[in-house]
This record gives sequence, structure tokens and C-alpha cells, in this order.
Amino acid sequence: MRAVVVIFPGSNRERDLCAALALVTGHEPVRVWHRDATLPEADLIVLPGGFAYGDYLRCGALAAHSPIMRGVRERAANGTPVLGICNGFQILTEAGMLPGALLPNRSLRFTCRDIHLRVENNQTIFTCGYGAGQTIKVPVAHHDGSYTADPDTLDWLEDRGLVAFRYCGPAGELAEEANFNGSARAIAGILSDSRTILGLMPHPENATDPLLGSTDGRAFFDGLVGALQ
Amino acid sequence: MNGGSNVTAAFAAELGLTQEEFERAVAILGRAPSLTELGIFSAMWSEHCSYKSSRIWLKTLPTTGPRVICGPGENAGVVDIGDGDAVVFKIESHNHPSFIEPYQGAATGVGGILRDVFTMGARPIAILDSLRFGSPLHPRTRHLVSGVVSGIAGYGNCVGVPTVGGECEFDPSYDGNILVNAMCVGLARADRIFYSAAAGPGNPVIYVGAKTGRDGIHGATMASAEFGADAGEKRPTVQVGDPFTEKLLIEACLELMAGDAIVAIQDMGAAGLTSSTVEMAGKGGLGIELDLDRVPVRETSMSPYEIMLSESQERMLMILRPGSEADARTIFTKWELDFAVIGRVTETGRLVLRMNGTIAADIPVEPLVKGAPLYERPWRRRDPAPEIDPASLPDRDPVACLQRLLASPSLASKRWLWEQYDYLVMGNTVKRPGGDAAVVRVAANGKALALATDCTPRYCRGDPTRGGAQAVAESWRNLTAVGAKPLALTDNLNFGSPERPEIMGEFVGVIEGMREACLALDYPVVSGNVSFYNETNGSAILPTPVIGGVGLIADASDAVDLALKGDGNALILIGQTSGHLGCSLYLREIEGSRAGPPPAVDLAAERRNGDFVRRAIRAGYVAACHDLSDGGLLAAVAEMAMAGGRGVVLDSPPAELPRNAFLFGEDQARYVVETADPTALIDAARAAGVPARVIGTVGGVALTLSGAGAISVDALKAIHEAWLPSFMTQG
Repeated sequence: MRAVVVIFPGSNRERDLCAALALVTGHEPVRVWHRDATLPEADLIVLPGGFAYGDYLRCGALAAHSPIMRGVRERAANGTPVLGICNGFQILTEAGMLPGALLPNRSLRFTCRDIHLRVENNQTIFTCGYGAGQTIKVPVAHHDGSYTADPDTLDWLEDRGLVAFRYCGPAGELAEEANFNGSARAIAGILSDSRTILGLMPHPENATDPLLGSTDGRAFFDGLVGALQ
Repeated sequence: MNGGSNVTAAFAAELGLTQEEFERAVAILGRAPSLTELGIFSAMWSEHCSYKSSRIWLKTLPTTGPRVICGPGENAGVVDIGDGDAVVFKIESHNHPSFIEPYQGAATGVGGILRDVFTMGARPIAILDSLRFGSPLHPRTRHLVSGVVSGIAGYGNCVGVPTVGGECEFDPSYDGNILVNAMCVGLARADRIFYSAAAGPGNPVIYVGAKTGRDGIHGATMASAEFGADAGEKRPTVQVGDPFTEKLLIEACLELMAGDAIVAIQDMGAAGLTSSTVEMAGKGGLGIELDLDRVPVRETSMSPYEIMLSESQERMLMILRPGSEADARTIFTKWELDFAVIGRVTETGRLVLRMNGTIAADIPVEPLVKGAPLYERPWRRRDPAPEIDPASLPDRDPVACLQRLLASPSLASKRWLWEQYDYLVMGNTVKRPGGDAAVVRVAANGKALALATDCTPRYCRGDPTRGGAQAVAESWRNLTAVGAKPLALTDNLNFGSPERPEIMGEFVGVIEGMREACLALDYPVVSGNVSFYNETNGSAILPTPVIGGVGLIADASDAVDLALKGDGNALILIGQTSGHLGCSLYLREIEGSRAGPPPAVDLAAERRNGDFVRRAIRAGYVAACHDLSDGGLLAAVAEMAMAGGRGVVLDSPPAELPRNAFLFGEDQARYVVETADPTALIDAARAAGVPARVIGTVGGVALTLSGAGAISVDALKAIHEAWLPSFMTQG
């Protein structure tokens, strides 16, 4: 399985992501600089977390127009799976590859903490490592993670099973306080209609080692790599 | 030479130079200085850059050890951690700017300390922040907390270096002078450390990073004076940070450092291009010529004076091997950063600055550096405070007292603050904020570093020597409590005006105490920073020598934390308890008194007890461990219960001490340890000559004091977590 990680100026969770992928695949993924005009062959394209271009405009807005994104878009259209985590999710929405937008958290503060997620659809390459409705504990670390879209889009996502993850309580229950950033319908991650693009705000890559507090993210990568091999 | 005729001693005084210092500058030059030269003298001879009031005392601190690769004097300290790895670290204050403009002041404090570390060739792997604010009742405090915390978050989160620890306290003495001390820890190869001494006459001098603007001009001078009523007018001296550019600068510098192009490198911090150039030339015993027309600027018509004294952020100065400019330029262009050859190294020993075809400055470097003023300021010791007899205090309900302590600004949970920091990025955070020390894995080989910042300023006011020793001892103890071997420390010495003998007396006393503790614990000082003039209208802060400690854990999986792990386990108190309540948090919060001396620091006991605890952790006897500090035994046990979500039944206190002196006294050199095998641990302690006694059992959902009441752990948590969020949402 050949994964390509796209590095923008200001990406900062590429190390975490590469380490998680290497843990599962046994080899380092390929890193590509955002100015490169061509993407190497890839079974998976990943946009990591960070603050691309400092996020001084809207989060992800400048990165969405980076030279490499033309290639990412083309590959995605041809069915290559694309995963965007945190800033990567923001870039995918700004690039129009996923619907909706990520607004500042309800608290208007950056929030770094463990949260619980409910797996809403485990019939995808990204989520097949989990059971349907399984609750997992992974960290978040973002300032702009409140997912929003118009009601029709939200209904469309729900109807087609494109909501991948929702924020929930420890027992999987949906609760106002568990939806810490105020996302519409507690959405933490969504799929493209093809189900080959996933954007999510939480960081499964930071939950792959018992030494670091949680291993609930490990199944995410096990499932994904298994599905692509 | 232009402008020399206009420069007078009166004008020099406005820039902070005394009459005598001005005359010394004139003598060095053999003529009146130009405006640019005067600016350079005033910046280099400011307290901030020259350490003129502190140097003679700093020299008494131990700075060497078998693992020390580089002690004070470079951008950061360097310590060998084995396997060819080195840890590079330093702490630095950004107090004055953070009070004037909290967001940018704190943000650029983080930016500056990051540069100090990656300048040495290290990749930054952790940030810690030691913060002191005024009384929560002061009208500016909430605004300052909010600005400082979001400034640190805004910068640290964006550059992608985890902010893993620190401290935050409140005291009215900081009402007019908050403290923002940022520590950065980096990792380098021990044989790939980069230094700042210029070498090789003819070698090109390169400017990289962001452009120079008119921000932060004379920041170093501003930070070398107390505040009057006009603090708000000093806003233009505060710099503006750009963490995105810093992130690019880190990556570009580390990419260039992988090769052999760099001869010397220095970041542009306080006093910007002036101090970086002078320090590089001074350390190399050489001269530097700069063509200021080539300095990348973001504003038009900047004068040589402004260019030399700007403290614009995210800039570095490098000396390269001849012929390597093109390759270096390629790297910086890739990262979209400015890269300009602005001068060359010379054999003249002079700093020569040219602009618009004229010479703006021509100063002999050695007299500028070595001829900097050095003061042995008068100092006076304070009379020691009389002891407090705990039996003279009222016997109060301990559970009610505990609740008040946990809700007090000093002990209340700081979760609201540290959850705004990305403490996980880089994927190596083994122990998160909220414990005795953070633990960060060194990914390659399973080692880990333990990191903490510590200081108890009320002790330092009560008895500076004890306070200085206690700050070092508590740092050492906090690293020990997670299982680490303390290696070395960096210090940030925050004080009032050194021109007042009682403040200088605090400084001298603190240094004495630190020295004793560093020697007794084999815990040298490898870098640091002094911040004087933290006073407003004659009212000084509490003496605050913040200790940033770094320890090593051979195997990251051996690290322990303070969360209770298993019902039925025993709690064991390590160390001697005499019920010392002088200067304690209990006395301040419950009795409203700041009386008494701080606890004595028995350094031999400190070392014996700590070495025992560390061995016990390594041997696997310890399920959880916590050092005893503010609030004493009961606060520590409560913190362990809250962290683990488990109850505790505490045995009755010994009859020979007043109950609350036993429960809340702040005797030093103590730990609480949770173990499944109390017999073995007590026997081992006895054999090691370490006082140890079982004080209770883990279990249930409440913290129960035999015969003196109980409270549920959930209720304690609610009290402990409530204060800071509720304070920040008021008003």
C-alpha cells in the first residue's frame, strides 16, 4: 500500500500521521511538497493537520488553491482514496471536494483533549476496522472544527450514509456537552458520495500507541490499510 | 560619520544609558557616537542584554557536569542524553511586552525561545510556560490571562510544537507586572550542535527569515526599566509574531543544518540585528561589516538606527562557508523566506555599518562587549520571620479547608488554560499537562524526557535563600516523581529593580540557595535569563526564580503519573513530616496570613528520598506517585484521587502533631506513593534510611479522613475544575 502525504507550508501533523501509517504498513509513506506539479502513484492520498499557510485567511482556503491540489482532485475523481484530517478536512471543504465548512469552535477557543466518537458507517474503506456504532476515544486539537452545512446538505449526507463519525459521550450517547465544538448534528467526519474521500477533525493518528494514552485510532489505520492492500 | 554632533548625554539618558556609561562609550570611540552607535551601545549595555547587575552573582552558580555539552553563554544549554543524542533547552521571559500587549507579547515570547533552541541545531519538541498574574480581583487580570494564553496557543499550536506543561499562579504583587516565562526543549545530535562565534574572515554574513520593520524598536531597553503610569504608551516597543513564518524558518534552518554550509548562526532576539552581529563578532574575536541597504525591509525609508534596533521577529543571522550561498539560497527560496547576503566577516575587530554610501557606525567590538558595565549593586538581607507554632492556630474542619484550597486560584485546575494548547502534536507526549512533570518520548529509541517548571515565590519573599533552594529542589522532585533522573536546569530569574538594596538582597539570597541545591543534587544550570525591573511605581513582584528542569527516563514505559490505579493499593508517605505551616498555602488561604519562614530544605534528605523513589519506580513498585508541595499531604492525596477517579481512606493523623499541620504542612523532600506491595516498599525504605509510613488505602468513591469527615471524589473534581472557567467567563 503506497500512501502519499501532501505537505503544505505550515502542515505540522505530518510526522504523527506518517508514524501511524508506518506502524501499520511497515514502511514510511511518501511525502510530497505542495509546489510539486505532479503526484506520484498512490493508493491513498493524505492531507495532514496543521496550519497551512498559517491559516491567516480562512482555514484551508489558500492550501485549496495550491498547485498540488489539481492533481489531488484529478486522482480523487478517478477513485484514489483521499483522507483529510483536521486541517486536511478544512482544505477538502475549501477545495469543494467535500460539502460544508468548518467554523470556529463554539467556545471560540482552540481545544486539545480526548473526545468520544461514534462510528456511524463502518461500510467504508476508512471505517471498516470498527464495528457499526462502536464508540472510540481519540484526541482533537483544533480551533475551527464546528462542522456546518445547509439543512438540505445535512439531510443528504444523513440519507446517503455519508456521516462517518459523530461526537458522543463515553457510552456512545449523543449529548449537547459531548458535541464540544458545536458541530451541526454532532458531525465529526464526512464522506464523499463515492465514499472514497473522508474528512474528519479528530486525530486517530494520535491514538495508536498504548504509551500515549489510547489505541482506539489503531483500528482506523489497520482497517484502511487492509482495505487498500 | 553622521549625526555625532547631535548626540548628547541627555539624549543618551533617554535611551537608558547613565552619564558614566555614555562617557565610557565616548572613550571607547574616541569621539561622540553617531545616533546609530548610541543606539547600539544603549541596547548592548541594557540590563536585558548585558546582565550588568546580575553577572557577578550568576558566575557563582554551578554550570558544569559530566553530561553538560554547553552551559550558559550560548543561545541555549546542551546536555548529553546518550546514544549520540543531546537535549537543548532554555527558558526566557517576555514579561514587560506581555503586560503591555498580552497576545503578541506572549506569542513572540514563544517564538523567541523556539529560535534560541533551533539555532543550536535542535528540533524543538516541547514548550512549557510559567505564568504569573495579578490578583483575580484586579480589573486587568482576566484580560491579561485571556490574551497571554491565546497568544501562547496561537503561536505554539501553529508552529506544531506541543505545549506540554508549565504553571499558572495569581498574586497581587503581579498586578502591574505579569510574568510570562517560556521554555523550549529541543533534540539534536550531540555532534551536530551549532554555535554563534563568527569565524573565517571574508565569509559571507547572511540574513534569513522575515523582513525587518519598525516594530519592537528598543524592546530590550524597555524591558530594562520599571513601569510608571505610562505603560500603555510603550505598545510600539512590542513585536508582532508570525508563527507561520517561524514554522518555515525552523524547517529551512534544520534542512540547511543537515549539510555543512553553516559556520555560525545566531537568532535575532532582543536588540535584533545589533546583538546578533555584536555577539557573533565578539565571540569570534573578529569584525563584521554590514551593508544595511541589503537588509530585507518591509517599510520604506528605514534609517540605520531603526534597522539595527528593530526587534522584528522570525529572523536569523548566519555565517556561511564561501561557495555555499547558492545551495543555501535554494533551501530558503523553497520555504519562501528572504535570504540576503548583507555583509562579511573581517579581521578588523570592528563593527562597520554602511548605508546609502555613508558609514553609519564604526565600533570596536571587543570594548563594546567586554567593556560593558558591571555593577556590584548594594544589597541588604531581610530579617528572618519568626516561626509559626501550628498549635496556636484554630483547629478547623480539614475537609472544608481542603475544598477551599482546591478552589483557590493557586491550586485550582488549570485545564481551561492548557486545553487551549496542542500538547499532543508530534505524537510523543507520554504524560500530559496536569501532573508533576510532562513526559515526552524521544521517538527513536524509547527514551523519554521529563520536563517541568517550578517556583514558590512566597517562599522566596519569606526567605530568599530557602526559597531559591526550594525552587531547585521542587523541580528536581517533580522530575523524580515521574521516574526521571534530573539532568540539568534552566533558570528564569524574575525580580524587581536591582537598584534597590532589598531587591538585590532577594536576588543574592535566591542565588545562594539555588547554588547550594544545584551542588547537593548534581543539577547544574545550563542556560537562563534574568528579568529585573518587574515593578511598577516602586512596588515589586515577589522574587520569582522559575526553574525549568529536564530529566531523563531510560525507558518511556517506566514513567509514572499521579493518577491512582487500583483499589486496595496502599498509599505511602515518603519523607519526614514536622507540620511546617509558615508561608504555607493553608496559612494564606485559610488564616489569611503570609507570616512565618518557608520550610527548611534539607538537601541531603531531598536527595536520599528522591533517589529512593526513583529506584522504587524503576523497580516497578510504584503504581502512582506525587510530590508534596502547595497544600501539603491532603492536597496531594486529593489530586491523586481526582486524577485516578478513585477514592481513598486516610488513616488518622499521628497524635503528636496538630491535625491540620500534618494534613496541610509543607515540609519538603516528601512524596506520596501508591503501591500494591507496601511491605516491600517500607522495608526497602527502612534499609535506605528513608522515612516511610502507610497513610491510607485506595478504594471507594470518596476521600475519607478517618474520624474527620469525607467528600466524594466527584465533588472534589467539580470544585477543583470550577474556578478558572468561571473566573474567565465573568465580567
